[in-house]
Amino acid sequence: MDGVEELYRLSKLDKALEDPNVGHIVINLNKILDKRLIPGLEIDARELEDGIDARITVREGTVIEKPVHLCFGVTHEKAVQRIKTEVEIQENAEVLFLAHCIFPNAVDVTHIMDARITVGENAKYTYLEKHIHGEYGGTKVYPKARVELGKNSRFKTEFELLSGRVGLIEIDYETVCREESVMEMTSKVSGRGNDIIRISEVGHLVGEHARGVLTSRVAVRENAKAEVHNKLNATAAYARGHVDCKEIIQDNGIATAIPIVQVSHPKAHITHEASIGSVDTKQLETLMARGLTEDEAVELIIEGLLS
Amino acid sequence: MGILETRNLGIEFNGKKILDDVNIDLWEGHVHAIVGPNGAGKSTLAYTIMGLGGYRNISGDILFQGESIKDLRIDERARRGMTLGWQEPARYEGLSIEKFVTAAVEDKSHKKIREVLGKAGLNPNLYLKRAVDRTLSGGERKKIELASILALKPKLVMLDEPDSGIDVASLRNIFDAIKLLKENGSTVVLITHSLEVLNQAEHAFLMCCGKIVEQGKIEKIRKYFEKKCIPCTHENIPDLNGGA
Repeated sequence: MDGVEELYRLSKLDKALEDPNVGHIVINLNKILDKRLIPGLEIDARELEDGIDARITVREGTVIEKPVHLCFGVTHEKAVQRIKTEVEIQENAEVLFLAHCIFPNAVDVTHIMDARITVGENAKYTYLEKHIHGEYGGTKVYPKARVELGKNSRFKTEFELLSGRVGLIEIDYETVCREESVMEMTSKVSGRGNDIIRISEVGHLVGEHARGVLTSRVAVRENAKAEVHNKLNATAAYARGHVDCKEIIQDNGIATAIPIVQVSHPKAHITHEASIGSVDTKQLETLMARGLTEDEAVELIIEGLLS
Repeated sequence: MGILETRNLGIEFNGKKILDDVNIDLWEGHVHAIVGPNGAGKSTLAYTIMGLGGYRNISGDILFQGESIKDLRIDERARRGMTLGWQEPARYEGLSIEKFVTAAVEDKSHKKIREVLGKAGLNPNLYLKRAVDRTLSGGERKKIELASILALKPKLVMLDEPDSGIDVASLRNIFDAIKLLKENGSTVVLITHSLEVLNQAEHAFLMCCGKIVEQGKIEKIRKYFEKKCIPCTHENIPDLNGGA
């Protein structure tokens, strides 16, 4: 069995991929199981011994209406998967990539993503990465992206763990924002057991009127640990940025937030806010006064925070 | 019959009595008001009855439907049928109004949510998918909280300053919702220092300096409250012989 059915079922992609106007690629470990290209979308993928090397291009002026699905799965219990991608969103193009990273049976699975992304002038690129992990906590995930934003381009990325145990996650994203470009990078992760979450998001606002927001929402319970490093650096006039980190801890969880804001132009402006702590008492007691147990109330509050 | 009774209820903070020998008896299906000036102990009484953290180390007893609840957790008290609406309701980042309103009720249908939002004076089309977060005003959160209480159909609900943050036009919605709670069989307790809110009740208690200093029909309490407790110095318990 090549795992395609399991990946489709877990990602709930069956219906979406029936649509002939939806582009996609489905990968299990180092095998390309399925691929559909649509006008303006090029995916040149090569199977490696332990993963995939892919060059993805959205041609100049192409506006892709429906999300393009990228399914990176490992249905094996033990494996290393390396995904190397070069993504080019050319001038005036627009696309949303929905990446499904699925490791349902992982006992010892390492997933390494190394992406180089360029977003051309006036282009819009949204990348939503949704993870579905197994319950063993045997996943190690290393998503790394280096992003270059052209003039007046838009880049939005969101990393979200939808279900299962984290295991180890080390997010490492860095974006350079040219004139009038806009960047939003968001990470939402909930850890428990002995999970380890490390998030490093860096934004360089180097063009005039460039704007950027780094947002992290993390919950750690039981013995999980989280470290969030957010750095926003503004070097051009009228650059605007905000760093927003919120971490909830329960039980023996440990959370660290290190926001760094650096401004080297008198007309640039960056703000930051960070909070770490237990669930807010009033939030908790309100839900308990409706009849939820403390655990149910905490679950709902965290679900909201990470939604 | 009394649905809730406090017997010589007392609580102290830093050696100061905030509730001092409080005895109240709430009649089932009635709308009661607890009035008094700021600092009288009205909210503390509601928090203590609900069993909030920091309000558990009490003297005396609290009986709900004849049974002591003083050792029960908040959620255990809530599951017996009592709940509390806060003066300033909490904000929840990312938590949808839909999920908040139906958090503890069986009927999670859109029909039900729309119904209770409408009855609390909110247009469901505008609010259903929004989050209970900082984008909502205090008044809007107040109505959402009321909607969640309407969905719950509690046996006893204590509403702390139900008019706080509510605009004049919306006050009618709040009063209608209080009526509806009563029609549905709930016993309602209005914690207030507003005469307009007091007028929605059938029976009232007057509190000052942690004590119940008078109780009775609202006409009597209103007169007393107007005369003696606005403004109140908090220094002395009002002269019971000089009022009503």
